[in-house]
Amino acid sequence: MTTTVTTPGGTAGPRAARPAPSAPALLRARRWLGRNALRIYGAVAFAYLFTPIAYITVFSFNDGGRSNLVWRGFTLKNWANPCGAPEVCSAVGNSLKIGITATLIATVLGTMVAFALGRHRFRGRTATNLVLFLPMATPEVVLAASLLTLFLQLAPIGIQLGVTTIVIAHVMFCLSFVVVTVKARIAGLDPRLEQAAADLYATEWQAFRRITLPLVAPGIAGGALLAFSLSFDDFIITNFVSGNVNTFPKFVYVSAQRGIPAQAYVIGAFMFFLALTIVLVADIVRRRRAPK
Amino acid sequence: MAIASVAHTGPAAPPPVPPGRRRSLTPYLLLLPGIAWLTIFFVVPIVTLFGTSLQVPAEGGETGVFVQAFRFANYVDAVTEYWAQFSRSFVYAGIATVLALAIGYPLAYMIAFKAGKLRNLLLVLVVAPFFASFILRTIAWRQILADEGFVVSSLKWLHVIPQTATVTASAVAVVAGITYNFLPFMTLPLYASLERIDPRLLEAGSDLYGNGFTVFRKVTFPLSLPGVVAGTLLTFIPAAGDYVNAALLGRQPGTAMIGNVVESRFFRIVDYPTAASLSFVLMAAILVLVFLYIRKAGTEELV
Repeated sequence: MTTTVTTPGGTAGPRAARPAPSAPALLRARRWLGRNALRIYGAVAFAYLFTPIAYITVFSFNDGGRSNLVWRGFTLKNWANPCGAPEVCSAVGNSLKIGITATLIATVLGTMVAFALGRHRFRGRTATNLVLFLPMATPEVVLAASLLTLFLQLAPIGIQLGVTTIVIAHVMFCLSFVVVTVKARIAGLDPRLEQAAADLYATEWQAFRRITLPLVAPGIAGGALLAFSLSFDDFIITNFVSGNVNTFPKFVYVSAQRGIPAQAYVIGAFMFFLALTIVLVADIVRRRRAPK
Repeated sequence: MAIASVAHTGPAAPPPVPPGRRRSLTPYLLLLPGIAWLTIFFVVPIVTLFGTSLQVPAEGGETGVFVQAFRFANYVDAVTEYWAQFSRSFVYAGIATVLALAIGYPLAYMIAFKAGKLRNLLLVLVVAPFFASFILRTIAWRQILADEGFVVSSLKWLHVIPQTATVTASAVAVVAGITYNFLPFMTLPLYASLERIDPRLLEAGSDLYGNGFTVFRKVTFPLSLPGVVAGTLLTFIPAAGDYVNAALLGRQPGTAMIGNVVESRFFRIVDYPTAASLSFVLMAAILVLVFLYIRKAGTEELV
């Protein structure tokens, strides 16, 4: 990280300073620092951002037993057996199930809304935008509390807190993010491509399916990825509407009182590196496909 | 980058360019399911929250049973009782927002202007911490900042902090946790607005004999103001409502924020009306603050 960021400046630095060989080394060092201060700062800032990730990764290899608070030696057994601690894997399973369901619903509904906003004229645009914007501008605890009051009032007609209410809540707060992501992609499309399709006698539906949808697909995929990571990682809203269903963040939060098993760190580190790989590979693929 | 686009969230996005399509039912059919979902599970719950906030305990005196009333005094009671937690939430969130701006601005600036080919990669790395569980990261900080841990003992050894200082279960730990957790929300919008600045404007600034600092003060910073506004809001709003950092890093009544009170009123004490009035006041207070702030900052881009 540090080396890659500072290299360009580092190689250019001495060459630029060469015409004045009499300049004292101290002055040159100061100039180099001045030119690279921001890059050095960036390296420090990224080190800060990744400090807890490093901690999680290191302690996922700790032979720390049930509480995993002090370093007791390196072991691979947590990674070999991530389900070794009770409840970890059932909580992760619930989180995956909820995340996938909520992502599917939010992505379909959000994409439809994004197309309405990006491709159509209609009355009520301001109100639509407001309803989309407000959930993103409301603190999670307020969303959580208000949903809980709704579900409590619906309890007499048989609505019980559980997987369904969690999915409902997750779709609600993921939707706006999907809309924003997909809408940005639609806004960036060249309208002439669709006109060209129409000129070539494509019906509206054909033009949509063959031209528009494939072009918007990366935006939809991005929105889905965002929705899944929001859903999988959500704690506050889930905690309010989950009843006695356990999810991964809830499991970690509750076990924080008595010590978190190393297996939870394994899941955390694994999710991190998996998501990072997906994003980086997608970026490389996108660049390969970019027009030469 | 998907998340980066959230940065320019303005719902007041430029009106679309409909490719010569007549008015039809299509947009309404496309909107219906999504907007219905948001209406039923966002708008209606705000109404039930307001309803619950006015309820009174049922006559029988059984815990957790309330009947609908219009007792607006619930609000007075709740706010007077939890005034300390309210002000603490706003103070902690305010300090964390300023810190995140101080840390995030140079970082966003570096990515926008100095990163060259690494720009996209660095942008991914800014959001990457989100991929590791929020709760786990907060707990990692708790261990890293523990009094008996490496960081605090080194600082004591270097006499940066007094020997008697404690960070475990302190306000400092809570604010540090909030700052860390919401830093990407600050950095992304800052980056988005810095990246959009036309480099020719900066060249013009230096052509007119502005030195580096003057160009920054007179050109770069004013042009990045929409990002500053968006970033501070995206940090402040979730920070004011957060209770995870206070619960995991504060761990004492002296650092409890309003979210902690709402949570415990709902689940430990089963006092729905008080919890609902507190949530409603929090939402209203934040909306008012956001409105005032946007008017003062003079940007139309967010509303």
